[in-house]
Amino acid sequence: MKKWLGIGLTLTALLAAFAASWLSPHDPLRTDFPQSLKPPGAAGHLLGTDQLGRDLFARVLHGARLALFIGGCTVVLTAVVGGSLGLVAGFVERWPSAVLMRIADVQLSFPFILLAMTINTIVGLGLRNIILSLSAAGWVVYARVVRGEVLSVKQRDYVQAAAALGMSRTRLLVRHVLPNVAPSIIVVASLQFSSFIVAEAAISFLGFGIQPPTPAWGSMLSESRDFVYVAWWLAAFPGAALALTALGVNLLGDWLRDTMDPKLRV
Amino acid sequence: MRAYVVSRLAQTALVVFLSLTAVFAMVRLSGDPVLLFMPMDIQAKDVNEFRQRLGFNDPMLVQYARFVAGAVRGDFGDSLRYRQDAMGLVLERLPATLLLAGTSLLLTFAVAVPLGVLSAVRRDGLLDHVATISTVLGQATPGFWLGLMLIYLFSVQLRWLPTGGMGGIAHLVMPTIVLAAFYAARVARLTRSAVLEVLGEDYILTARAKGLGEGRVIGKHTLRNSAIPIVTLAGLEAGQMLGGAVITETIFAWPGLGRLTVQALLNRDFPVVLAAVFFISLMYTLINLVVDLVYGWLDPRVHLR
Repeated sequence: MKKWLGIGLTLTALLAAFAASWLSPHDPLRTDFPQSLKPPGAAGHLLGTDQLGRDLFARVLHGARLALFIGGCTVVLTAVVGGSLGLVAGFVERWPSAVLMRIADVQLSFPFILLAMTINTIVGLGLRNIILSLSAAGWVVYARVVRGEVLSVKQRDYVQAAAALGMSRTRLLVRHVLPNVAPSIIVVASLQFSSFIVAEAAISFLGFGIQPPTPAWGSMLSESRDFVYVAWWLAAFPGAALALTALGVNLLGDWLRDTMDPKLRV
Repeated sequence: MRAYVVSRLAQTALVVFLSLTAVFAMVRLSGDPVLLFMPMDIQAKDVNEFRQRLGFNDPMLVQYARFVAGAVRGDFGDSLRYRQDAMGLVLERLPATLLLAGTSLLLTFAVAVPLGVLSAVRRDGLLDHVATISTVLGQATPGFWLGLMLIYLFSVQLRWLPTGGMGGIAHLVMPTIVLAAFYAARVARLTRSAVLEVLGEDYILTARAKGLGEGRVIGKHTLRNSAIPIVTLAGLEAGQMLGGAVITETIFAWPGLGRLTVQALLNRDFPVVLAAVFFISLMYTLINLVVDLVYGWLDPRVHLR
């Protein structure tokens, strides 16, 4: 049930993202003032229109594209950077480990979203910068989890045996340690994916991320606040799309954890 | 024990100091805040005078030394926007945030812990299924969307509650629910799994075998032993609530620390940003310290070193 709901919702979001242009005939950016603020179902607009007469359905679909793109890029970037740093820190111990854990402590002394927003204020707004700021704030989780796993994996007999047989450290790391921590990396990635999507929306909502008129769910919700008395659909649909996507990815992540790595606590 | 607390406090000081240094470096890398506060038609000479007066013309190391010297005294300079002591502004907004975080924590624990315990004890019952579905939904629903929907329902449609601002109890209702929702969902899920884990232990079987009533088995033997993961999570969440407050306070125009920080970031009012960051990271690390100390009290097997 968990599994199928997760897969179903995630696939729906993916379909919306890839087929946005086919699913809706409207251009998400084309304004049409006479048609502004039409309720759902009116004159060929399935979910209604916004204050500039843009088709809400098209904007929600294109929002999925943006959200999944940002979430995907961030997850890959943080998994690669955080994963390899954690791998090295766990394997080498001594000072790389100590330095990494200090940096992690410093980062973890801020709330995640505040850190990402501060970075965005400094490096600037826009698509590339929000991916960078989310990654800069998010890699720590992987580094910690992977380091912990490596510390335990390398004590195991088969790793010790391979080391005793004279296998080089690099080869040991790549052939014996990495495959055994890979499940954790995948599970953390799937659980982080939804939090990145929600964080991006929150940051765009607060005005630090994707800017209008680009159809991002967060900035659409932010704009909808001015019309809460007249147009409920402007807040309801982008938010529902966001919540359902997050739900689907969360369920998928939970299921992956249950099957691959039940003891992991993230 | 005392040695442990002292060393942890020293670590806290180091972490806060390093995080301030990081933010200072990032702020200075981001360019010149002075130009943002000048009218468009200003003369270059005046800009320079202003920079001179605020000390932006000095070498970076001098600026950093001055910053550190001020920071240890809690002096982060004046807000560029309000022309008022930055730390003063932060402290002024603090009670509002503490009030909101307090009521949210209260709501979280009043609802989530009993819910988690009941759904573990009556596993696979109706309540368990309802609780599981609502916690999964609660974790996936972004707070700012929940906030918008509540405003639409309770303020626009029903006209029961004010849309925002601070005032009586009515103003507190929606922000508290929004801030608590996500954490309550997590705490309930964790409580359920922690209690289930303990219920499978041998000493629970023993307690039942010797004829102890179910109330005592759950109330005494189970709860005490499942408290550790719950307290850990609660501590981490209490810190994260400061992050959640940033969003909740913005939606409901709640005049707290989170909203002040967002506005300071949007206005590039860096003294206020630094003061707020200092305060938030200090609270955050102190909360973690308290959680670790509570550990030792809950579980005598834990030795703090």
